[in-house]
Amino acid sequence: MSLRISALKYVEEIKNGSITAEEFVSKTIERIQKVDPKLHAYLSLNDKAIEQARAVDKKIKSKNVGVCIGMPISIKDNICVKGTKTTCASKMLEDFVAPYDATVVSRLKDQDAIIVGKTNLDEFAMGFTTEFSAFGPSKNPWNTEYVPGGSSGGSAVAVSALECIASLGSDTGGSVRNPASFCSIVGLKPTYGLISRHGLISYSNSIEQIGPMARTVEDVAFMLNIIAGIDSHDNTTVDNQKQDYLKEINAGVNGKKIGIVKEMTQEGVDKQVSSATNKAISNLEKLGASFEEISLDMVKYSVAAYYTITATEAGSNLARYDNLRYGYNFDLEGYEFNSYISKARRNFGPEVTRRMILGGYVPSAGHAGRYFLKAMKVKSKLTSEINEALKKVDMLLSPTVPVLPFKFGEKIDDPIALFLVDINTVTANLTGKPAISVPFEFSNGLPIGIQLLGKPLHDKQLLQAAYALQNTVKLPEVPI
Amino acid sequence: MIKIGLEIHCQLTNLASKLFCACKANYREFAPNTNICPVCIGLPGSLPMLNRRAVEKATLISMALNCKTPERIAFFRKNYFYPDLPKNFQITQYDVYGHTSIGHDGKITIEGKEIRIRRIQIEEDPGRLIYEGSTEKTQITLVDYNRAGTPLVEIVTEPDFENPKQVRIFLNILVDLLANLGVSDPSLEGALRADGNVSVKGGKKVEIKNVASFHDLEKALHFEITRQQSLMERDIPVISETRQWDDRRKITVSARTKEEEQDYRYFLEGDIPWVRLSPEHFNQLKKEMPESIASKRDRYITKYGIPEQVADVLSSYKYYTDLFEQAHDEKNAKEIANIITTDLMGFVDTREKREKSKLTHHHLSDLANAIISNKITRSSAKTALLNMVQTGKPLSSIISEQNLGNVLDELKISSIIDEVLQEESNAVGEIKEKPETVNYLVGKIMKKAKGKADPAKTLDILKKKLGIG
Repeated sequence: MSLRISALKYVEEIKNGSITAEEFVSKTIERIQKVDPKLHAYLSLNDKAIEQARAVDKKIKSKNVGVCIGMPISIKDNICVKGTKTTCASKMLEDFVAPYDATVVSRLKDQDAIIVGKTNLDEFAMGFTTEFSAFGPSKNPWNTEYVPGGSSGGSAVAVSALECIASLGSDTGGSVRNPASFCSIVGLKPTYGLISRHGLISYSNSIEQIGPMARTVEDVAFMLNIIAGIDSHDNTTVDNQKQDYLKEINAGVNGKKIGIVKEMTQEGVDKQVSSATNKAISNLEKLGASFEEISLDMVKYSVAAYYTITATEAGSNLARYDNLRYGYNFDLEGYEFNSYISKARRNFGPEVTRRMILGGYVPSAGHAGRYFLKAMKVKSKLTSEINEALKKVDMLLSPTVPVLPFKFGEKIDDPIALFLVDINTVTANLTGKPAISVPFEFSNGLPIGIQLLGKPLHDKQLLQAAYALQNTVKLPEVPI
Repeated sequence: MIKIGLEIHCQLTNLASKLFCACKANYREFAPNTNICPVCIGLPGSLPMLNRRAVEKATLISMALNCKTPERIAFFRKNYFYPDLPKNFQITQYDVYGHTSIGHDGKITIEGKEIRIRRIQIEEDPGRLIYEGSTEKTQITLVDYNRAGTPLVEIVTEPDFENPKQVRIFLNILVDLLANLGVSDPSLEGALRADGNVSVKGGKKVEIKNVASFHDLEKALHFEITRQQSLMERDIPVISETRQWDDRRKITVSARTKEEEQDYRYFLEGDIPWVRLSPEHFNQLKKEMPESIASKRDRYITKYGIPEQVADVLSSYKYYTDLFEQAHDEKNAKEIANIITTDLMGFVDTREKREKSKLTHHHLSDLANAIISNKITRSSAKTALLNMVQTGKPLSSIISEQNLGNVLDELKISSIIDEVLQEESNAVGEIKEKPETVNYLVGKIMKKAKGKADPAKTLDILKKKLGIG
């Protein structure tokens, strides 16, 4: 029995009786115990996982079992799983136990998935490397001296290092796609509203989405089938008509028009990344896709707009962590309210503090015109630019990240350099469009991912193209 | 010249659930912190789900106050820290980036004066702080989140009032209007609150907060006007500030927190998509819109010939108009209006009494019909009405139990009058000098008849016998 198998293969093997859920989950736990001390993908584990898998095995016999059939899945620790600690990798929520399941989690549980554990992230999903986790960074399984990307770094590491079959991350500006690219797995940021955010702890709620992460495109489609669709607990969700994302996944790209975004593929792009991008283009051309260059003028302002909007929303979304109703152990007596608040909030880490200070400033009465309102204008202009572009082409292509994975400590002290890493991913968030990162190549043992960005609610077409691209390459096995 | 403007907060108490979750809108009967859920205490990961009924009720208010309503509305976040605010922001509406609140630019006319409504917005109520001891000296502040998320409608007027009396009249009319719309029950504690702002000529605007009742608001306004005028007389400038009403000392005091410097960092609430208000939405609501107080009043006067003063009183109170509408027909309308305004309003003058009352509209129509067909006198009817309120028994059994029926005929009345005239011969002798002696005699006759004689008829016969009239 191999832990390397895909979700679809797992389902097949369980159904034909060659493995049991209990065996597979036990072996996954053993694997976690072996490799996670080195990788630190998980913040907490479900100690009832094997017991739950055994119960699923019993259900198989009764023929009344969900489509996941005991599949081990991990969840980013900013998504609520009832009765478990949900910390956001923050000291602020160190002791917070979620009293309810996120909609995505209850949908997975309904389909008999086993939640094996909660994965590491940058504190409150603010960061790109997991170095801002209050509980220490995760390591890239392809080379542990390198960052795994972020903020859903723990999820990417867990999937990539065979510590689970699939994972759910969240993507506010690339937090699913960036670590997927750095760890050589598939990560989807769906159309805004396709997946319920109920139970996802908000960072920048108007642009972020939960996204499935797995080792193959078809596994991502499989996950999407379970978790997507309208939810009465989230007013921003849309009705996807119960679309089947797996069906016709091999439709191919013949006749598809794909735009190459000038602003995402030229200036500042690493040489190896650039050549991988060209190779991806030529591979898709061979399958019948045609390419043309597209210019999106607003992309050059997108990162600035992104940080302005996310800081504004974060400043508001994180204001509730005043430690009055839940949080960490802190004696509140003897303080006047304002000094109490500032004292209670000292448990936020440096990056969260930085963004909250920014979030107090950019939308404030005297400054909104120069910052927040300008950022909103960029957002709306970028959206109309990309809508125009998507009238001409079916989707857009770029490298997911313009640079290769880097070593720990290399960029953490240089916020500006880190911000430029976002340039290719934030556009999908600011415009609500679906985007996917597909593992494509390696340079000196470090992964490179290719991003495809599609029309809203055309997530299915995006998955079809990603599937075609994935099948043009054969990638090495993880060395750990 | 004095300018006064108001901000009125009206809880939509008639809704079943809170503005963004399924907890009860009527939080009043719960033990502290038991009417709460992840949404209304702002637990991590929870999202607001908009109560569409609240939008409908707020639209009704907006229409009733003659406001303009936008094609689509949006919600904003008002960010500030306070322990009663679970998310440390309030979800509200905001008109600075265009009209996206539920209503704007309305007006109502009170006693010939037009009061302009600047804006109407939907927002959530915060929780409640409970201080141990007085506000200034308290060591312990307790927080009850049962109220957090209760649907509120804020009504902001232009500074069109010239004196506190106009404010009082306006608020009385507004309270009746909101009750008549069926959106709020004003008799519930805290369901309606108002803050005011005041400026005198040459001075800046001063806001008054922390006013518990409309009655206190009037006192606070009076105090504030006097304070500002005496400052002006001594050439001391009136500064723009927020002042708290100190209910114990009956004065306003400068608020320690400087509200003016508060920056609420308003921005769009992304968790609630824009709500489109379709023409169908308005048409549907127009159909559901209850008849206005003024229209009811006019109808009562013209259709049933109810006297103006009676119609005024009757039409203003929803509880009584509801009873009237169900009970009346063409013939008994006037009589029912009489019963309600002269007797019933005295019997059930408080919320508690109304809730306990066992009276139904059937009682009222039965009673009115009995009076009209001379089965019972008005004075017996009053006794019967009180009995109905207390016991809920049908009129027929009350009449027989209390022996209230059998209205006396003219012959019987005549013989009682004869008896009384004989007994009171002295009084009869004074009738020429003291005409009011007639009333004395009627009293004696009615007493002897045990309320079963018709007063008009009795007077008629008496006058004939005395040869006056």
